[in-house]
Amino acid sequence: MADLSSNFVGIKSPNPFWLASAPPTDKAYNVERAFKAGWGGVVWKTLGEEGPPVVNVNGPRYGAIWGADRRLLGLNNIELITDRDLYVNLREIKQVKKNWPDRALVVSLMVPCVEEAWKAILPLVEETEADGIELNFGCPHGMSERGMGAAVGQVPEYVEMVVRWCKANTRMPVITKLTPNISDIRKPARAAHAGGTDAVSLINTINSITGVNLDTFSPEPMIDGKGTHGGYCGPAVKPIAMNMVAEIARDPETAGLPISGIGGITTWRDAAEFMALGAGNVQVCTAAMTYGFKVVQEMIAGLEAWMDEKGHRTLSDVIGRATPNVTDWQYLNLNYVAKAKINQDLCIKCGRCHIACEDTSHQAITSLVDGARHFEVMEEECVGCNLCVNVCPVENCITMEPLAAGTLDKRTGEVVKPVYANWTTHPNNPSAQVAAE
Amino acid sequence: MAAGLFKEGIAPGRLPTTQYADNFSDLHPPLDRHEAVVEADRCYFCYDAPCMQACPTSIDIPLFIRQIATGNPLGSAKTILEQNILGGMCARVCPTETLCEEVCVREVAEGKPVQIGRLQRYATDVAMAQDKQFFPRAAPTGKKIAVVGAGPAGLACAHRLAVKGHDVTIYEAKPKAGGLNEYGIAAYKSVDGFAQAEVDYILAVGGITIQNGKAMGRDFTLAELTASHDAVFLGMGLAGVNALGGEGEEAQGVRDAVDFIAELRQASDLSSLPIGRRVVVLGGGMTAIDAAVQAKLLGAEEVTICYRRGKESMNASTYEQDLAAANGVTIRHWMQPKRIVGVNGVTVGIELEYTAVDGGRLVGTGETLTLAADQVFKAIGQSFDAAPLNGSGPSVVLEKGRIKVDEEGRTSMSKVWAGGDCVVDAREDLTVAAVAAGRDAAESIHRTLTANGRA
Ligand SMILES: Cc1cc2nc3c(=O)[nH]c(=O)nc-3n(C[C@H](O)[C@H](O)[C@H](O)COP(=O)(O)OP(=O)(O)OC[C@H]3O[C@@H](n4cnc5c(N)ncnc54)[C@H](O)[C@@H]3O)c2cc1C
Ligand SMILES: Cc1cc2nc3c(=O)[nH]c(=O)nc-3n(C[C@H](O)[C@H](O)[C@H](O)COP(=O)(O)O)c2cc1C
Ligand code: SF4
Ligand code: SF4
Ligand code: SF4
Repeated sequence: MADLSSNFVGIKSPNPFWLASAPPTDKAYNVERAFKAGWGGVVWKTLGEEGPPVVNVNGPRYGAIWGADRRLLGLNNIELITDRDLYVNLREIKQVKKNWPDRALVVSLMVPCVEEAWKAILPLVEETEADGIELNFGCPHGMSERGMGAAVGQVPEYVEMVVRWCKANTRMPVITKLTPNISDIRKPARAAHAGGTDAVSLINTINSITGVNLDTFSPEPMIDGKGTHGGYCGPAVKPIAMNMVAEIARDPETAGLPISGIGGITTWRDAAEFMALGAGNVQVCTAAMTYGFKVVQEMIAGLEAWMDEKGHRTLSDVIGRATPNVTDWQYLNLNYVAKAKINQDLCIKCGRCHIACEDTSHQAITSLVDGARHFEVMEEECVGCNLCVNVCPVENCITMEPLAAGTLDKRTGEVVKPVYANWTTHPNNPSAQVAAE
Repeated sequence: MAAGLFKEGIAPGRLPTTQYADNFSDLHPPLDRHEAVVEADRCYFCYDAPCMQACPTSIDIPLFIRQIATGNPLGSAKTILEQNILGGMCARVCPTETLCEEVCVREVAEGKPVQIGRLQRYATDVAMAQDKQFFPRAAPTGKKIAVVGAGPAGLACAHRLAVKGHDVTIYEAKPKAGGLNEYGIAAYKSVDGFAQAEVDYILAVGGITIQNGKAMGRDFTLAELTASHDAVFLGMGLAGVNALGGEGEEAQGVRDAVDFIAELRQASDLSSLPIGRRVVVLGGGMTAIDAAVQAKLLGAEEVTICYRRGKESMNASTYEQDLAAANGVTIRHWMQPKRIVGVNGVTVGIELEYTAVDGGRLVGTGETLTLAADQVFKAIGQSFDAAPLNGSGPSVVLEKGRIKVDEEGRTSMSKVWAGGDCVVDAREDLTVAAVAAGRDAAESIHRTLTANGRA
């Protein structure tokens, strides 16, 4: 049986599934329920500095997009950090940690960008016996207008500075949570690394408007006729988050820096993919907010079953396994030639592959053969783009078949070469390093 | 259980009064908005979609379904009605299991087609509830066209002609318009007076007058129509009924299934409609199924369909046969009626002879069976009644007992077109086929009347 126990920057948890800092972790009541359901850890909802707590809007704070059967695909929120009193939160954190010593309890923090503010809050958190802190440099709305959250996370120098203050003022492990609302995610990661962070976590939410009400012409979620960009999360953001995790994982400057993967994780498979790309553990918010805490049971059972099936004994057998396979475009093998192939037994003759290729790609799929409705790839036209595979409604009906070295590519009239060759050496590349052949 | 169930003979009120509304409610309840959107999402928006090719009126099915999915039901209705102005009725009565849904790629793939019929109903219901008219009439052409019969063929023809700017008069023998939509379709397929609502919707285009109670052959002749109109369309359906040719057919309790259904459709109070305790229906088509199921729903204790060939030869689809079975109707094959057993002229049973195929021919085996029956419904086919065409000078050429037309619906007589059940063509006797024929004939009439640029 696979061992799911996790040790992330010294913080131990029975499994790698943590709840991300958000409403599910805002109170002892929720967190107790989460631990009962089986979550390995939580990052407590972000605490702010001492004083009157922040206030939230009193109207809708969520917007969403859905698939056809109202399956929630993306969620957006304009909630701020915790709106409960700091000391109430700290008392609850201490009690919960005492009740659940085997679970990870990390406290998310966001205070103004001055060292005194951080110096003031860190001892209060240490006193709770929490396992670590997460610096919320991600919140994209509200808090950023006050010079916190993403306003810090978008300036690498500030990130490094705050991390440094924290490392200097606490013994607790520091996880730096990054905002995706930046053009190169490696910059803040490098800065956090330079400041001495123990890990980064990403992504926080993405600036977004989920919809526009076409009667009132107001953006959603709408408060009294107006809206503001909120933070986007849920299944829709997963591809973006995974790329960012991979970019950091394969950046030589941050090599080895632990990563807590966040963004759209809904199933065990999502979690396994994040970990394969280099995440040491994962955090979940929207899936729990959509289905309740029980979803973790599917995640645990699914991950276990997959690891057993593949013979992975511990999480370290999985973490980072896909990282070396993420590369730059220029290093992709241009001598790898694949052609689409339609399995006629599976084909239901909907014609989507044909019309996609015919109207928008390379006119490589028939629609009629000898007067009969028949869809077949014409190898002499197929560029192997994979579009038909993606639009076909039947799984595995169209597959991409690589041409073996030595076979003729009927489209180019050239024989597939047995050697790896990429753009850096291609004759069409004006700055090719080595002339091909 | 109401005592009425056990009344001998043919009697009304077999069920508790509250039961009727339940029994005759919608066979397929309408989809609500969310259900429609979810179902619409199952459609793959196929290229050169097979469903569309299977629709006799060639509705752009992937397009109308996509319009439902994107929250544009009115646009969807327009896509449907453009091709088929009786799209609402067709959504209810088309045997989709042998038309569009039979060839839906999801039927082929997983035995679960996109529910095209119910989606079509959803969209057309939205448009009709808002009384939304999509096709404004063209400028008046001054042409006058007569349509005989206000069934699906006649209505579709009249509507298309009216849209083109022609003036149409429909002559209809019956007191109400709609043809078999009003008098023939099973009650649970067209509830809440939908047939009349649809007629009203169609007529709202303007330019169409209906003269009810006007029968050709009785009140006027075809020659008179051709003389007073620029063109004539015949959509008279099948007014005749095939006879059993058996002994005792005139006994009390023996009846044409179509008459029974017409009476049922027109009844304002179903509990007052008499039905036998034991009912035998002769035939193997849609009419036989409809008569049998509705007899059962009226409270008949035992209903048996007797068909002279095997299951696979039945005109009723497997779906329809299952529907009958689910309603408690027994279907028996390989037997033909020999004699109605009567006592004092009142039916008490029917003697049937077993049949077999011998050298390709259906023959009686000589063995017989007698079933107790208070009521026997004949559903062995309708026929075209050509008599009203007579006495009009040059006569319209018939073929196989129906009117002969070319692919545009032109009869042998100049200025006269025909379509629907009354013609012999490759199309099946279905509402949707009648609509297609009426519409196409209208286009042909329009082309003819406006040839050489004359409007
Ligand atoms: C019991 C039954 C159930 C059916 N169920 C279905 C079903 O579920 N689905 C389906 O698709 N199809 C069904 N059909 C078939 C369908 O109803 C017909 O194919 C369709 O109605 C044909 O349309 P039509 O316009 O040609 O003829 P009709 O609907 O028969 O209309 C003809 C009209 O012409 C009028 N008329 C006839 N003679 C004259 C005259 N001399 N002068 C003036 N008016 C005249 C008639 O009164 C009638 O109104 C069913 C048929 C029957 C009998
Ligand atoms: C309503 C809501 C409130 C959130 N509040 C916080 C917060 O206070 N601190 C924080 O670091 N992240 C916050 N987040 C971001 C989540 O922790 C997480 O990074 C993000 O939702 C992506 O993960 P997911 O796709 O699993 O939801 C919030 C998210 C939501 C939906
Ligand atoms: S892989 Fe691309 S080019 Fe080849 S058949 Fe498919 S869509 Fe066309
Ligand atoms: S998209 Fe797939 S199922 Fe549809 S025709 Fe092409 S290969 Fe067949
Ligand atoms: S065949 Fe089925 S899936 Fe394809 S367009 Fe028609 S309804 Fe949609």
